[in-house]
Amino acid sequence: MSQILLQKEEGKEENMNGHEIFVFIEQTDGTIEDVSLEVLGKAREIADKLGGSVTAVLFGENVESLTGEVAKSGADLVLYGESSLLKDYTTEAYAKVFEAQIRKRKPDVLLIGATHNGASLAASLAIKLGSGLMAHVIDLEIESDTGKLLGSVPGFGGSIVSVCKCSKGDIEMATVRPGIFKQREPSTSRIGVIQRIEADLKPEDKKCKVLERSVKRTEELARTERVVVAGLGCRGELSLPKELAEDIGGSLGVSRPLADKGLVPKDKVVGSTGSSLNAKLAIVLGVSGAAHFSSGIRDVKTVIAINTDSNSQIFKLADYCVKGDLFEILPYLTAELESSSK
Amino acid sequence: MKSLVCMKVAPKVDQIKFDEVKKTIVREGVENEINEADKNALEAALSLKETHGGTVTVISMGPPSFEPYLRLAVSMGADDAILLSDRAFAAADTFATSRVLAQAIKKVGLFDLVFCGEASSDGSTEQVPSSIAEWLGVPQITYANNIKIEDSKVVGRRVITGGYEIIESQLPVLVSVELGANTPRFPDFRRKRWADKEFKLTVWNIQDLGLNPNDVGLLGSYTIVKELKSLPAPARKGEFVTGSPQEIAKKLAQVIKASA
Repeated sequence: MSQILLQKEEGKEENMNGHEIFVFIEQTDGTIEDVSLEVLGKAREIADKLGGSVTAVLFGENVESLTGEVAKSGADLVLYGESSLLKDYTTEAYAKVFEAQIRKRKPDVLLIGATHNGASLAASLAIKLGSGLMAHVIDLEIESDTGKLLGSVPGFGGSIVSVCKCSKGDIEMATVRPGIFKQREPSTSRIGVIQRIEADLKPEDKKCKVLERSVKRTEELARTERVVVAGLGCRGELSLPKELAEDIGGSLGVSRPLADKGLVPKDKVVGSTGSSLNAKLAIVLGVSGAAHFSSGIRDVKTVIAINTDSNSQIFKLADYCVKGDLFEILPYLTAELESSSK
Repeated sequence: MKSLVCMKVAPKVDQIKFDEVKKTIVREGVENEINEADKNALEAALSLKETHGGTVTVISMGPPSFEPYLRLAVSMGADDAILLSDRAFAAADTFATSRVLAQAIKKVGLFDLVFCGEASSDGSTEQVPSSIAEWLGVPQITYANNIKIEDSKVVGRRVITGGYEIIESQLPVLVSVELGANTPRFPDFRRKRWADKEFKLTVWNIQDLGLNPNDVGLLGSYTIVKELKSLPAPARKGEFVTGSPQEIAKKLAQVIKASA
């Protein structure tokens, strides 16, 4: 098997004009971001369609052990660069070593998961390389007559999508919104080529330093099947919504104003300034349903909304609407769910 | 501390409508506002000035009609405001926009900090801050709150997937400020009168910035829009569940179980 794949790799060396898609694999403290593998899955699909290849690029201090998983998840070639100066993500250091690789291999496309790190890296690289960059796409296609990448870029609170393409530069770039594409099941029969690359950095290349990091790995809202979303109508009292989230085996999200009050971390925000849910079920509590929120629940299969105001916009976005006081209803609902689960 | 704040004047997103026939965005009658995250950026710059002294200059790219918003920023406490205005700048993507803003920053001269909001409410690409940093060749702290100066370095708390990190940078640096990172101050009333009547706004056009028309606006953009689409609202049942709290709870429990 490995021989076959090696031959394929040699074939690529002969034909350097074959479509090569670069995918940035983001890792923090040895954990690969889910979105990176989602993008890798989509890149594989595009490459198979075009008869091209997928190259995953990974940086860090000690990341060789992660390369096998990346190869099994869809990459033909995994390039990894190691340096103590790459231990923590900083845009300047990562963009510098990444730029060198891109200039060397001249890929046709670069896809990056739209995390905060990914978005900053992509925007910096676009300027360094003189390249177009499509932001946080929710779909990627190939334009049939030109073979160019078409990205669907949401804007104006998520209600309007512009289909964009890169018009200048040698490489087409896009960041990809988390939770949109599916990861491929890692295939043990798939053996990509793994190659260490130079990461030429000097301490003076790095003017930023990460002093401290605090990360709690919880399931990202975009990938959660069942979500309870709390809004201002919960009046800062989140114990009942949290209990309900546990009862349905889901997690808690919030509308933007609640996160702004500092009650919950910002990565729990649902809407255009946070996550878009892809859940089967969302129970929306005390949320008014303004435009920037509505895009966050657009793709939810079933929406239940509870709100005291019968004219609330949220009822236009819900399948099951309850006009009432959530503090009266929730205790009965959690009791009902807890008794029936016994 | 010499700080520059890049500010966008954006349409109120809730008022934006889509013309399904022409496939364009209807901007007529839509009110503008200072992009919310940029107000947080301005507030971050103003509060650093209060502690460490210095000046705050606001820079915005847009038509002459944006002038009142720059005057508003001055009445909030900015010392100076520059409008980058030229027909050639229109219809720019983030590549061309960041190039124009960076060129203006270079023209202003030496600076310690460039502040931006983390994203605009209309385009939401989040690309302009990092792009400006790249044009200027300075380090960047994006998605930041709690920005402080310690021993002539900037320290900020940066929001990342699943948590945050504390990051330190040498000056000069670009900082993009998280939406909601602080509470922007209200305009000062007496200052507002001065800002509206006496303050002299600086306006720079393409010649002032020494830029080539091919490098700005639509011509200087690296992406093009092929088409615009509105996403149809999903069909929802909109069924009202009524009864006593107990009855409602029972019905909702059934819906929840059925959705598994």
